[in-house]
Amino acid sequence: MTIGVNPPPAKPDTLRKRPSPLRFALPALLAVVALLAVFGAELAPQDPDAQNPALGAGPPGPGHPLGTDVLGRDVLSRLIVGTFPAVAGPVCVAIGVLVAGTLLGLLGGYHGGRIDAVIARGADILYSMPALLVAIVVIGTVGGGYLLTIGLLIVLTLPGTVRLIRSATLSQARLPYVDAARAMGVRPGWILGRHILPNIMPTVVATFLLEFTTALVSFSALSFLGLGVAPGAADWGTMLADGQELIFENPMMSLTPALLIVLTAVGATLVGDRLYDRATLATEAR
Amino acid sequence: MTGFVLRRLAAGGGLLVAVSFLIFSLLHLAPGSPLTSLLGGQDASDEQIAALVREYRLDEPFLVQYGSWLARAVQLDFGRSILSHTSALARIGEFAPVSAQLAALTLVITVLVGIPLGMAAGLRRGRAADRLTSFAAVVGMSSPPFATGVLLIYVFGVGLGAPVFGAGGAGLDRLRHLILPAVALSIVLIAIVVRQTRAAVLDTCRQDHVVFGHARGLRISRILTRYVLRNSALPIVNTVGILVIQLAAGTVLVESVFSLPGIGTLMVNSVEAKDMPVIQALGMLIAVVVVLTNLLVDLVSIMIDPRLRLGVRTSP
Repeated sequence: MTIGVNPPPAKPDTLRKRPSPLRFALPALLAVVALLAVFGAELAPQDPDAQNPALGAGPPGPGHPLGTDVLGRDVLSRLIVGTFPAVAGPVCVAIGVLVAGTLLGLLGGYHGGRIDAVIARGADILYSMPALLVAIVVIGTVGGGYLLTIGLLIVLTLPGTVRLIRSATLSQARLPYVDAARAMGVRPGWILGRHILPNIMPTVVATFLLEFTTALVSFSALSFLGLGVAPGAADWGTMLADGQELIFENPMMSLTPALLIVLTAVGATLVGDRLYDRATLATEAR
Repeated sequence: MTGFVLRRLAAGGGLLVAVSFLIFSLLHLAPGSPLTSLLGGQDASDEQIAALVREYRLDEPFLVQYGSWLARAVQLDFGRSILSHTSALARIGEFAPVSAQLAALTLVITVLVGIPLGMAAGLRRGRAADRLTSFAAVVGMSSPPFATGVLLIYVFGVGLGAPVFGAGGAGLDRLRHLILPAVALSIVLIAIVVRQTRAAVLDTCRQDHVVFGHARGLRISRILTRYVLRNSALPIVNTVGILVIQLAAGTVLVESVFSLPGIGTLMVNSVEAKDMPVIQALGMLIAVVVVLTNLLVDLVSIMIDPRLRLGVRTSP
């Protein structure tokens, strides 16, 4: 096989004959996860906290499709109920990052000068910090719960979004329509909110799902280490940690939460990418 | 050139001072008084308490305490570990070798797999191989090391009966025990390297000198190594900073999954036991590593692209 150094241009997605099956599978998966998070308590086939010490940890069998944990609790039910703590925190983080990051990015990118320098330097410094390690140390020593974890992760994941929104704003602020609006005497807040923001919306939407993915992975990593969620609570990361010790007795207990975390993260990333592509195409066509 | 290095050094030093302040504040932010934190919940005689108060200047204002702590930290004295009663630094030294070996193995795997794979994908842009690689990179970036670690343990440990827990003995046995953790750790890193390399190669291939080299009839291998790889090097080197951060965070998780006695395990254990001196020493160590890495990346960048010496940073 010969390799040309000048690669042929990629075929646009629209020219592909058959849409990839992932196109429907991934949004469907995200919808299922969302349903499980909201209606988990109603959907769980058994009481997730009902113990059966006599049964102990066991492999999948009748009555327990994914087996039981060390206290004889039903893994499938715990997995379903654990969706809420695993997903709700990351959603809050993503919303927080979206709001704060968009505000700071718009402000820095539009105003420039000293405000921008402070925002950009702050983002640089935060960006060079190992977020997960900072979270482990702070939550571990200061002893924070779920809310502190959310707040801390918002701050730590902020710089990526600030940078993206800031550079998107910078490229918009140079365009003639902004000058025109300014010449007409439109207030800066109005220019940012009604003129620039709609134009950078594709970036905002795509970063939301990206930040969700990052937060999902960080959150589950923290609860895997026993931080951020109450010990003993049903949560994907906690179950993964507990199940890892029982990998010979009931491998399903650690494999299923691992798979759910990866699938949800992949799904959110790919759907985010696609939304971004579609939104950019739509703005360009306008 | 000297000015550039000095500016970078000053910025790094300033960052370290800021981080050291935050790390010192942890002692006061932790629940309970600094004294109870330092005693670790153990009963102590009046003399021991007096010694600690003197050592940490706990009877003096916050900033004085910070100053004396920083002065000793610069001399690498972070106090004694509450768990082991040895110096915090000696305790880190005990756990460091496994982590260093794991990191080295991971970086070797990452470079050997990531760069060729990224180049191959970039050169076959839009074809099946490229789409598959790019998809795999997304999956890789979304797979936290503890999730892939558990999967590897299941496949190799439960399925094939390979050794999966602990660090094993020395030499080949150690390598056998570290290979699975290193693979679990390198998956995220490979995904990052593949994406960056692919983007850099795509960018370089469009440039005139590559087209011209092609037109002159140079061999593909020569164009790839001399023209494409060299000109793609800058963005790849710039990801090293991100790689080191990912590596440090991933090490904690992977060591926890595979029960390896490394820095990550030490960190989790110290946090659980509120072993403040060790936590503070680890925090400073990680901060120094991060700052030095970024400095090194900057230096290598200006060696690859001398235009950067003017102080214009092209990296994102």
